[in-house]
Amino acid sequence: MISLAGRDIMHSWGKFVFTGMGLGLLIGITLSMAGIYRGMVDDAKMLLDNSGADLWVVQKDTLGPYAEPSSIYDDIWRGLRGVQGVTQAANITYLTMQVRQGKRDVRTMVTGISAGESGTPGWPPFLIAGRQITRGHYEAVADITAGFKLGDRIQLRRNHFTVVGLTRRMVSSSGDPMVFIPLKDAQQAQFLKDNDAIHQQRRRTAENPAFNRPQVPGLLNSVIASQSSNPYINAVLVRVESGYDAEQVAKIIGRWKRLTVYTRIQMEEILVGKLIATSAKQIFMFLVILSLVSAAIVAFIIYTLTLGKIREIAVLKLLGTRNRTIIGLIMQQSIALGLIGFVVGKISATLLMAPIFPKYVLLQPLDSVIGFIAVVIICILSSIVAINAALKVDPAEGIGG
Amino acid sequence: MKNLPFKKQTIALLAVIVPLLALFVYVAFRSGPLAPVSVVLATVENKSLSPALFGIGTVEARYTYKIGPIFAGRVKSLKVHVGDHVKAGQRLGEIDPVDLDKRIQAQDAAVRQTKAQLNESQARKDYAQIQAARYEQLFKVHSVSEDSLATKQQEKLVAQAGLIAAREALSRVIIEREALAVQRNDLFLTAPVDGLVVARNANPGTTVVAGQSVVELIDPSTLWANVRLDQISSKGLTEGLYAKITLRSQGSEFQAGHVLRVEPLADEVTEETLAKVVFDHIPDPLPPVGELVEVTIILPTLAAAPVIPNAAIHHIDGSLGVWQFIHGDLHFTPILLGRADLDGRVQVLEGLNIGDQVVVYSENTLNEHSRIDVVEHIQGVAR
Repeated sequence: MISLAGRDIMHSWGKFVFTGMGLGLLIGITLSMAGIYRGMVDDAKMLLDNSGADLWVVQKDTLGPYAEPSSIYDDIWRGLRGVQGVTQAANITYLTMQVRQGKRDVRTMVTGISAGESGTPGWPPFLIAGRQITRGHYEAVADITAGFKLGDRIQLRRNHFTVVGLTRRMVSSSGDPMVFIPLKDAQQAQFLKDNDAIHQQRRRTAENPAFNRPQVPGLLNSVIASQSSNPYINAVLVRVESGYDAEQVAKIIGRWKRLTVYTRIQMEEILVGKLIATSAKQIFMFLVILSLVSAAIVAFIIYTLTLGKIREIAVLKLLGTRNRTIIGLIMQQSIALGLIGFVVGKISATLLMAPIFPKYVLLQPLDSVIGFIAVVIICILSSIVAINAALKVDPAEGIGG
Repeated sequence: MKNLPFKKQTIALLAVIVPLLALFVYVAFRSGPLAPVSVVLATVENKSLSPALFGIGTVEARYTYKIGPIFAGRVKSLKVHVGDHVKAGQRLGEIDPVDLDKRIQAQDAAVRQTKAQLNESQARKDYAQIQAARYEQLFKVHSVSEDSLATKQQEKLVAQAGLIAAREALSRVIIEREALAVQRNDLFLTAPVDGLVVARNANPGTTVVAGQSVVELIDPSTLWANVRLDQISSKGLTEGLYAKITLRSQGSEFQAGHVLRVEPLADEVTEETLAKVVFDHIPDPLPPVGELVEVTIILPTLAAAPVIPNAAIHHIDGSLGVWQFIHGDLHFTPILLGRADLDGRVQVLEGLNIGDQVVVYSENTLNEHSRIDVVEHIQGVAR
């Protein structure tokens, strides 16, 4: 049996393929948009996965450390380590700041990690080059999207750090690359004012007669020393011993240590449900609109293609072709167009569009499958309009009537 | 040849569709979440490690001398300035004596007065002694009554006591005079040792309280680094170890030194161990006291043992381990770690053998079912 659709496609294959490609770019953008939305959610989840914690212990009644500022003393971990069911407790600080390297500066989330060995909560779980931090000061492991190379010297506040390791997919919830540095340096970076401010502060303190008393010669130095220390961190990451219920341990800590504790699920709710909720909804709405627009454009294209063949269809009808054959012709062409579009869309989204976006674009296979089904359904639905037009055509038009 | 146009179209269409489909299959399986994870392997090596400890500290002087008055007073003169080298015993300045010189003069007069009083007492005593002796003779010949003799003898004893009192009074005023002289001498600010003036806290005319330092000296030959090492990475720290001291101002250059002592008291608040590291040769020019230093303390070289890079270590389900590459598959092997060096190499005490292959770098987190692609280096890493 001769495939009318195939013959027709062959007849004007160039036009058909290029129309498919144009459609494909549109589908590609829609898939990319879905990928951007997924990437945003995935960034938030990666942030939690990378910390390697079961529980986040933060300042009482805050949503810290990611969604709200949280500040607790850096010796609280000792008390937490003693709670039954806790195997590891590690201090951590997060601070989004500009990191200078040579003449450029990069917006990063500087993460202060506790001293220890690989596998300590908060440490980057895997590297793509270099090594983990071994010195207690002035070394850094950076996400590759920050653009640093191994051995680069970067500047945070007044201190210089050497990049000793590179990692991947370690980003803040807003997509800023993370830079891991030793905790003590990070505490200093969070708190340290610029030298001018420190100088001014010293001068002010020295001018205050309450602190600069001739009868007590060492008082001024003590006051100044107490002004320039930072015993605070943002959160304690806790790992729960296997066999213990994280929620139970969280309840004990919350009840007896007077701190707020979040489990992994709660933290995900905070990040996905609160922190990135608005921007994710924004992207999602954009995705919905783009999908609707794509569907409309597919419908228009197929309708226009069908109208372009209206004379041929009339001739077919004149020759006594059954309606089923004509419906098949239009629907098959429509689906073929959708398939080419999807293939081109998937390729362009993966190879061309996703890599150029500054933030992570996650093209999930399931999304592609859903996209494929949606494309086919849209093609079928939009071909119905064209079929309706084709079936209404008067056979007399075939002979110029 | 009749069918050629049709064939041409088919070939052209195939030429577009087939590469497109091939690209689609490639995209679906070689990129995105279904793509294999690129990994870089490392072989477990038999190496001897030279572990080292790393800490930061500040340059401090072992001996600091804060020189000031022991009484409240006003600075009269100060001859030295910051940066001056001074000798032991050198007078650095003086506190205004105010009325002290007058009081010394008064005390001199008091000494002379007391000496005169002593002479007077001596004369009284001599006279009383002679009188008593004379009355004794007279009493023997019954020329005076017993009562008169007793009176003279009592006068003699009183005169003797008066003489002792006068002598002691003289001693007292002489000692008081000496005390004033010592006080006067103490108003001179004197260098206790050879040293370097590092602070001049008051200028002439300033009133200072007792104990307040006017001048601060250090002994520059005793500069050391007060080093703080995180307790978690201070294993093996002991006296006498070789240390490389890098001054913040000197960049990558380092000074040789050694650990003088490990402080018996650790800093319990900052969770750091403290150690004093001395320079083998005091740097010239002298580093400023308080300058930040990075200190790398070299520990003795260890015997050869299986060694892996620290980037290979992962924490999965409560245990430390590595992704071992066996016959093209990944297995998570729990390991027991030994000592580590600062270059990121760690000894493996249990779990791996020499020659085993482990994943050192990976493009993403791995699991038992990860499809992997072994590469030389991860894409995107600048070489």
